[in-house]
Amino acid sequence: MLDMLNQKLLMQLSEGLPICSRPYLQIAENLKISEAEVIARLKQLNTNGIIKRFGVIVKHSTLGYRANAMCVWRIPENQIDDIAAHLLKFSFVTLCYQRPALPDWNYNLYCMIHGKDRNTVLNQLSELKKMCGLQAFEHEILFSRKCFKQRGAIYQK
Amino acid sequence: MVLTTLQKKLLNDFQRNFPISATPFAEIAAKLNVTEDVVLQAFQELNDRNFISRIGAIIPPNQIGVSTLAAMAVPANELENIAAKVSNFNEVNHNYERENTLNLWFVVIANDAEHLNHVIAEIEQETSYNVRRFPLKKEFFIDLSFKMDFENA
Repeated sequence: MLDMLNQKLLMQLSEGLPICSRPYLQIAENLKISEAEVIARLKQLNTNGIIKRFGVIVKHSTLGYRANAMCVWRIPENQIDDIAAHLLKFSFVTLCYQRPALPDWNYNLYCMIHGKDRNTVLNQLSELKKMCGLQAFEHEILFSRKCFKQRGAIYQK
Repeated sequence: MVLTTLQKKLLNDFQRNFPISATPFAEIAAKLNVTEDVVLQAFQELNDRNFISRIGAIIPPNQIGVSTLAAMAVPANELENIAAKVSNFNEVNHNYERENTLNLWFVVIANDAEHLNHVIAEIEQETSYNVRRFPLKKEFFIDLSFKMDFENA
């Protein structure tokens, strides 16, 4: 578990790194610790994998990637790992998760496709189906329609 | 969408390993042979024009706190209203309408399981719709770094 200070640090960061010459100093001042400590802690969180990726988080939609489809599949348990590994070889697949199936929502593998428009995504999807042998499996495609909220996680105390 | 060459570089090349040093923007500037001010200005503009969500950290689900993907089936004519109620919770992020009977999808994140249950119960109470939960069982990939193809964008 993360210590209190690391949690506070990540919470500060979830609002975005300030765009100024000494951004870590600004965070340090908010947390009443030194700039050097902020830098040391972030480096450590980054190397030990608590932070998976540190950098620019782009907004796909304003950059011309307007279509985003969540694809949900019903895959036999013993094939999930292999199929997921195969899906991830395609650069347009940006996320892939196993989630529990529910009685009336019998899908256990989720993947996300980002593309410039709906047709592109549909083409990418048929490529996936063919290349990964997914035709036989039940699935649904949920295109996103409206984004009501998108921001970094904010942890509540 | 008109982006400068510098902005395209900033968008594609610094999605990971953003410098963690006293003057990160100056470090980027040195790599790209421009001044720190030019880099700061370019990032500020990307931010103001909503091309970036933020410069920040991607943390895998459940590293700190607990979270779940959740969904509701809401009648179309109530969607805006219900979505606003859901978005109002600080513990909710990524609240999307999707094309399905389950048409409102969002992520709830809390500091522990008890808090998570509490928030979901509150959402159900305020909206009077059931919240379905799809917690993460296994993550195969969470690298959201994404190469933009600006030529065809």
